Amino acid sequence: MEEILVAKGLKKAFTLSRKQQKLEKTNCKTKVAVDDLSFSAYKGEIFGLLGPNGAGKTTTLRMVTTLIRPDSGDAMVDGFSITANPQQVRERIGFLTSELKLEDFFTPNYLFDFFSELYGIDPATRDERKGKLFARFGIEKFAEVKVANLSTGMKQKVSLAISLVHDPDIIIFDEPTNGLDVLTAKTVTDYLLELRDMGKSIILSTHIFSLVEKVCDKVGVIIDGRMVACDTTENIKNGKSLEDRFFDIYSELKGGSDE
Amino acid sequence: MNKNNILTIIKKEFARFFGDKRMVFTTVIMPGLLIYIIYSFVVGGIRDTFESDKDYRAKVYVQNMPQSVQPMFEALEMDITNANNLDIEGIKTLIEKKDVELLVVFPAEFDNAVANYNVLDTAQVSPNILIYSNVANMESDNAETAVRNILTSYEETICNKFNINAYTEETANEEFNLATDEDFMGQILSSMLPFLLIIFLYSGCMAVAPESIAGEKERGTIATLLVTPMNRSHLAFGKIISLSFIALISGLSSFLGVILSLPKFMGSTIEGMPTNIYTTSDYLLILGIILSTVLILISAISIISAYAKTVKEASTLVLPLMLVIMIVGIPSTIGGGNVQTAISWYFIPIYNSIQAMTGVFSFNYSLINVGITIVINIIYAGAFSYILAKMFNSEEIMFSK
Repeated sequence: MEEILVAKGLKKAFTLSRKQQKLEKTNCKTKVAVDDLSFSAYKGEIFGLLGPNGAGKTTTLRMVTTLIRPDSGDAMVDGFSITANPQQVRERIGFLTSELKLEDFFTPNYLFDFFSELYGIDPATRDERKGKLFARFGIEKFAEVKVANLSTGMKQKVSLAISLVHDPDIIIFDEPTNGLDVLTAKTVTDYLLELRDMGKSIILSTHIFSLVEKVCDKVGVIIDGRMVACDTTENIKNGKSLEDRFFDIYSELKGGSDE
Repeated sequence: MNKNNILTIIKKEFARFFGDKRMVFTTVIMPGLLIYIIYSFVVGGIRDTFESDKDYRAKVYVQNMPQSVQPMFEALEMDITNANNLDIEGIKTLIEKKDVELLVVFPAEFDNAVANYNVLDTAQVSPNILIYSNVANMESDNAETAVRNILTSYEETICNKFNINAYTEETANEEFNLATDEDFMGQILSSMLPFLLIIFLYSGCMAVAPESIAGEKERGTIATLLVTPMNRSHLAFGKIISLSFIALISGLSSFLGVILSLPKFMGSTIEGMPTNIYTTSDYLLILGIILSTVLILISAISIISAYAKTVKEASTLVLPLMLVIMIVGIPSTIGGGNVQTAISWYFIPIYNSIQAMTGVFSFNYSLINVGITIVINIIYAGAFSYILAKMFNSEEIMFSK
């Protein structure tokens, strides 16, 4: 199987402010968010990063999508290094996270065209893609409504459509269903499967066991910035439910205590 | 994919700005309109209230009117009443009540007393005229000034030894102030316009840059741009060019407001003065200086805005720069059109813009200095754009919370 993303020894630490030091009850000036993280994701598969809040999932995805630079280590995305060739990496990925917002003032139609232009998509291809994506997510009716006036779910769908303007082969989702109602969440999870069927590779982060069980081919469990288990979802589950297995792994690591 | 995205960013910024009618109104139309209204009507109106009615005839009571000054009083177009047999205290009360404007009391035998008075004799006391007026009554105050003036000039004529630039038949057509009207007007304009222009341009920049850069950062929309493969310098250039244009029209709107209200605001000072005193090349130089200045202001404010976490923080951080600009601009308002001639001064941004503009407005510039100003400003703006692009690439700056 062809590797589409290879992360090797990714490490990232953040400086803590005095206030944060107090909150974390520590005297350390830095907090290691991701510690020597390595994993591989394969072409045409959905890879899930599973972990509790603060485990380092988002930081990992931000590094992989070149928004932030790792302190050490590297990752190859479709053969391009995130540290040496961030530009090429950005061209090949679509990134969706709740932190990336769309300008309230514009309409989905305008924004789709604008981002298409940034990626250098010709108008004919753009219109074809826009037609398909807007139809798929039911955006057509809202195409000329300012983002400010859209519902949270519709905003998320528009963000999703816009993250795909350049038809990327690698799609990275940070908590794709966070804050969405069940209907919108289902649209998104269904679409993840569709994308995989189209041959796309997907990397997502989540803390929702059912989402991983439903869509992920492989899963990496991150706790405290380290990859503690990484295998196919079936192998990780080992006959149990993912939830049970996660708590097994967690207590093995933390010595049974629940801090 | 090294597509040039500068134009794409400019188009988006324009669509954002010009698509928002409220924003266009508050940043472009309102400043100019407000300045015009305030300067023309409010300031003009205030001045009108201080000006008396030209047709009004002041009621003046005079006691012991001397023959020598009587013709002068009669020429004043006032209602003069002989108060020789009237009650002085009663007239004072009328003045207090604003029913009468003025009471002038000459010493008896004033003309003789003046003729006999010897300036060199310290034992003698000079004749004293008493003028009662009410300063709270504008008509009374004006009448007092008018009477005082004729008496002072009468005093000058009786001990006249020489004149300066007196009006005689010989000098009737003589022009003593050899400054041309153009020079005079240039001096007036050069003491006002550069300072106002730079302040208005800065306000224009302040109105758009923090919102567009710190605002996008605060709302998380700039991160969406940063995941695209777009070159960061294209984003920086696109932002700076489009924001400069918007700031320019906002600044020029305010400026237009001043220019249009100038005749009303300046009133008689510039009455009859030539208004079209600059040539096309003067205007082109001014435009060049303005453009390069806006670029440098916008790029500087953009850097501050990119550093700030919120629009509010950005707006606070750009205020000290406003003070610096005002302080740098003040000398031009009192320099009477005089400017630095040494080239080295024109390497200091902002200061060079004000100096160069003052020079052009007062017909007192060197083309080299103006050229250096424009080139230096563009170089600085370029350097600032480079820094801005670097900042867009810095996770500490763009993603710090």
